[in-house]
Amino acid sequence: MTTTTTFTDVYMSPRLLAPGGTAADLSTHELRYGPLSYGDPDTLLRTVAESGLTGRGGAAFPTYRKLVAVADASRRTGRAPVVVANGAEGEPASRKDKTLLRLSPHLVLDGLQLAARAVGAGEAHLAVEDGASYLESALAQRNDPLPVQVIRLPKRFLSGQASALAQYVSGNAPLPRHQHPPVRERGVRKAPTLVQNVETLAHLALVARYGADWFRSAGTPTQPGSTLCTLHVPGREVRVVEAPFGLPLNRLLPLEGTSAVLVGGYHGTWIPAAEAAQRTLDAGDLGAGVLAALPTDRCGVTETARVLRYLALQSAGQCGPCLNGLPRIASAFQTLATPGPQANTRQDVARWSGLVEGRGACHHPDGTVRLVRSALTTFAAELDTHARGLCTASDATPLLPIPNEAH
Amino acid sequence: MDQKTPQKIDIDWTACQGHGLCAELLPDHITLDEWGYPLVDGGSIPPRILKRARRAASDCPVLALKLTARGAPL
Repeated sequence: MTTTTTFTDVYMSPRLLAPGGTAADLSTHELRYGPLSYGDPDTLLRTVAESGLTGRGGAAFPTYRKLVAVADASRRTGRAPVVVANGAEGEPASRKDKTLLRLSPHLVLDGLQLAARAVGAGEAHLAVEDGASYLESALAQRNDPLPVQVIRLPKRFLSGQASALAQYVSGNAPLPRHQHPPVRERGVRKAPTLVQNVETLAHLALVARYGADWFRSAGTPTQPGSTLCTLHVPGREVRVVEAPFGLPLNRLLPLEGTSAVLVGGYHGTWIPAAEAAQRTLDAGDLGAGVLAALPTDRCGVTETARVLRYLALQSAGQCGPCLNGLPRIASAFQTLATPGPQANTRQDVARWSGLVEGRGACHHPDGTVRLVRSALTTFAAELDTHARGLCTASDATPLLPIPNEAH
Repeated sequence: MDQKTPQKIDIDWTACQGHGLCAELLPDHITLDEWGYPLVDGGSIPPRILKRARRAASDCPVLALKLTARGAPL
């Protein structure tokens, strides 16, 4: 297992991650950022709206709109909302939330209290796969108005899916649920529930302190602010960096010797290196911030087949199209990854992709199909080479991290 | 629910087991995929078939088919 290092000040003066890769305790945190003041909820909501902050869990949904939707649902139902800080980070290639929680736990916990205050929550949870005891000791240093319970999640790709998380906090299995009504209206024990990624909460803690204009001083006018990224560059340690939206991708990843880049993780898209060279960091396709470079001596089809096998195994198995389609797609990709005759395999993959898309309780099939389609396009030439019985890759060592992979 | 609100067919995929009754009742709007799960025409339900759509909803053995107001927030 490679370790994660942080080079927090390479791309911008770090906002979220404690400098030097040293975890900030409460006094260090308060020295750096100043004390937290709550103000009134309406002012905070207005500031969040002006900041343009969006969710950093992958969907980039406007934070202000989510806060207002939960507050409205609470008024309608007369039930106090529940707030869940989502630190699940089930994506195997992502390390940014774990890194943030380890280095700057109090920034996340400040944001959790602020979000709770903004929606009038009566209950707050912090859900993580790792580091629960560490976070409990961080909580013990604080004097928060609303107590926070740390939830230990099972390590599954879908544990952090909002409805699965709400189920788990309610005491049920962490499985996605039908999204009508949505979690923000009816989530944990049927109360309106705000599920917010931990990085989003950390940004919220800074927006509340320094204001919308400060937040918007990084990034672009349409995508303000910065975001944490997990960078996978072959031959180097996996790194977590903070970068402003709009930064050229080639500032983050060296693209020489690279044939393609995986943008947005295992529910993301492969793009050819030449196209990546023209791209900037964009919330529209960044997902939860994973960027992985594929060296020219590796096979993108084989890497995709490994990821698809993992994604098929991580299906909760509740929804027919996902249960039937994902294993077939994964198995077909294994065929495509093996040099030799392909018959109608590519057409089968395309058809099954159409059959699973949009037909599940969660976005697991949709995200999987996004990866599949980008692989079929980006690696079209390599697929043709495989069909002729050859593979251009010279190094068959597995590249992308897959938990508990059977060999 | 308000009779005048245009409605559409909503499948709870976690509940659906592919019994296929809905496709028999609403053949013009629901077909079955190669695994037996419903493929729903996503448009709003024309008023003339609303009654049959309601029956499809109530006859579904696992109550996976629902009629919802169009544009309901996700």
